[in-house]
Amino acid sequence: MANSKTPHQPHPNPNQDPKPLILIHREPVPGLSSFEYLSSYFTLLDPTAYVGHDREAYKDTLRAHASGVRAVYCSGLSPLGKDTLDCLPCLKCVVGSSVGTDHIDIAECRRRGISVTNMGDAFSDDVADYAVGLLLDVLRGISAADRFVRAGSWPVSPEIPLAYSLTRKRVGIVGLGSIGSRVAKRLIPFGCSIAYTSRRQSPSVPYPFYDTVHNLALETDILILCCTLTEQTHHMINTDVMTALGKKGVLVNVGRGGLVDEAEMVRFLVEGRLGGAGLDVFENEPNVPKELFSLNNVVMSPHQAVLTPESLQAANDTALGNLLAFFANKPLLSAIKLD
Amino acid sequence: MTNSSIPNPKPLLLINRVPDYDVSFFKHLSSYFTLLDPTAEVGSDREKYKDLLRTHASGVRACYGMGMSPLMKDTLDCLPALECVAGTAVGTDHIDLTECRRRGITVTNNGVAFSDDVADCAVGLLLDVLRKISAADRFVRVGSWPVAREYPLASSLTRKRVGIVGLGSIGLRIAKRLVPFGCTIAYTSRSHNPSVPYPFYESVHKLALESDILILCCTFTDQTRHMINTDVMTALGNKGVLVNVGRGGLIDEAEMVRFLVEGRLGGAGLDVFEDEPSVPKELFGLDNVVLSPHQAVLTPESIQASKDAALANLLAFFANKPLLNPVRLD
Repeated sequence: MANSKTPHQPHPNPNQDPKPLILIHREPVPGLSSFEYLSSYFTLLDPTAYVGHDREAYKDTLRAHASGVRAVYCSGLSPLGKDTLDCLPCLKCVVGSSVGTDHIDIAECRRRGISVTNMGDAFSDDVADYAVGLLLDVLRGISAADRFVRAGSWPVSPEIPLAYSLTRKRVGIVGLGSIGSRVAKRLIPFGCSIAYTSRRQSPSVPYPFYDTVHNLALETDILILCCTLTEQTHHMINTDVMTALGKKGVLVNVGRGGLVDEAEMVRFLVEGRLGGAGLDVFENEPNVPKELFSLNNVVMSPHQAVLTPESLQAANDTALGNLLAFFANKPLLSAIKLD
Repeated sequence: MTNSSIPNPKPLLLINRVPDYDVSFFKHLSSYFTLLDPTAEVGSDREKYKDLLRTHASGVRACYGMGMSPLMKDTLDCLPALECVAGTAVGTDHIDLTECRRRGITVTNNGVAFSDDVADCAVGLLLDVLRKISAADRFVRVGSWPVAREYPLASSLTRKRVGIVGLGSIGLRIAKRLVPFGCTIAYTSRSHNPSVPYPFYESVHKLALESDILILCCTFTDQTRHMINTDVMTALGNKGVLVNVGRGGLIDEAEMVRFLVEGRLGGAGLDVFEDEPSVPKELFGLDNVVLSPHQAVLTPESIQASKDAALANLLAFFANKPLLNPVRLD
């Protein structure tokens, strides 16, 4: 179970009143984080423990017991849609346990004036490290070489596949937020040049800005996706962009699978029209297109970029911090903009 | 040999190699030198090779040493006029340096031609071990993700204490790359380098006590053989990670295998082994180990740079200019 421990420094319960009620919104699968530690500070309403997969029974329980709930802890990537929000008339705050919020009906939250918090910077170092690790793995064929050795091929076959240098490659970062800027910082000493595209150009940033991902792809050897998934960014990596990146181009995705037209990417990779890909996320997790399993220039992982004890601890601290701030009427630590 | 303003037959250059090397660079070399390439004729027959040298190479002053092709005393004895060996490799443990010193033969290596790629490989191996990237890729490829939704936690690199063994041109580049990841860097080396901002430890054992990760990028010599031994691995600890991009012989490999199998060492990223291409099979079943077939320098960019470096040293030799990358022979 991908669990984390309780925080090392428990915050004191600021008042002697019954602990505030929060809803634990989750699906009955092992999640990114445990939530039991929250019971030191809050009374937890956890309908999933009783109703399992039955989402109708879940909403019935909410209607019966959650009419006064003001805050929700959203575990993992459990979808929080309008139908569930409709069962929570007093809801004012959704505390997410991920950085992405594409699983939450943000438009409905905006309409109702419900604040939404995400993980802020809690995961950023680990995700940035992971993006660089995936990139090095693809370019230098590390996993492919490891397979080659484990299969006993080294003594038998003198043909070790050539890998490619990272030095002097042109890297394009898609989304220069807290993760993207850390990826850039890590890649500079490798001798890469950095350029980016983002919602807005940032004048304080020393890297060239491109107004579209297509223009960025024309001028880069590598694209690293670190942006949010929204209606605008859905399938932003499409045929045109992959063609512009070229048959030696490498794609790294630590954002969301939906940023990439996955079926098209699979075709490009199988046909040798794209140089390689390092993918931690997919459109329909946990399903991964099987055509990728036989390719040596692809590295795949099961959405694990944040699965370290350090990130999970930071996640717990951030979620708790946001909930405590909400109930104390203090500014939330990591509220997202709802525009 | 005088400079190019006076026409001369192109100087004779011996190509010292074992079979199966890519010879496409020879076309470029032959615009500067007359090439003597006995291996093209004799293949792997070393006795015939030496016979050819005795017959045709008595005037050879310079040798282009390809990769790790051995150049031992018996071959050197067939080259009485030899003054310079320009290698494409960075290591020199395939050359009898003692004999070269005795005869006053200069040896050059490829300088920093490989340093960026080896440093990148070391960081890649480290990230792969710590963050379980290859293990995750295996997990996905066998179709385990939909079935076993859970996956063991990996470990952050941020704030880990990295100990670099050998702060030469590769070690310095590794340090520079790891700093933005939030690691602290310390090192051990033949001597303390006061211009470097990282703490120095005089022994690898002391370094291991204060590190979570050891990265080996030093030369392989009699002094450094098996420097990573039981004491050092115990000091590194059962969460410690070892990365080796130097030579397999830097590590007591049998002991390391025992430590890894018994869980007394946290993990290892290995590009080199004591008896290549043989790799201890006990490692094949471990998820905290990443294995690589001595490929840290096998990129088109590094290979080209290594040939260019050897050529540059040869041109300097024949022009009586200072050699670019002489190797210390003591």
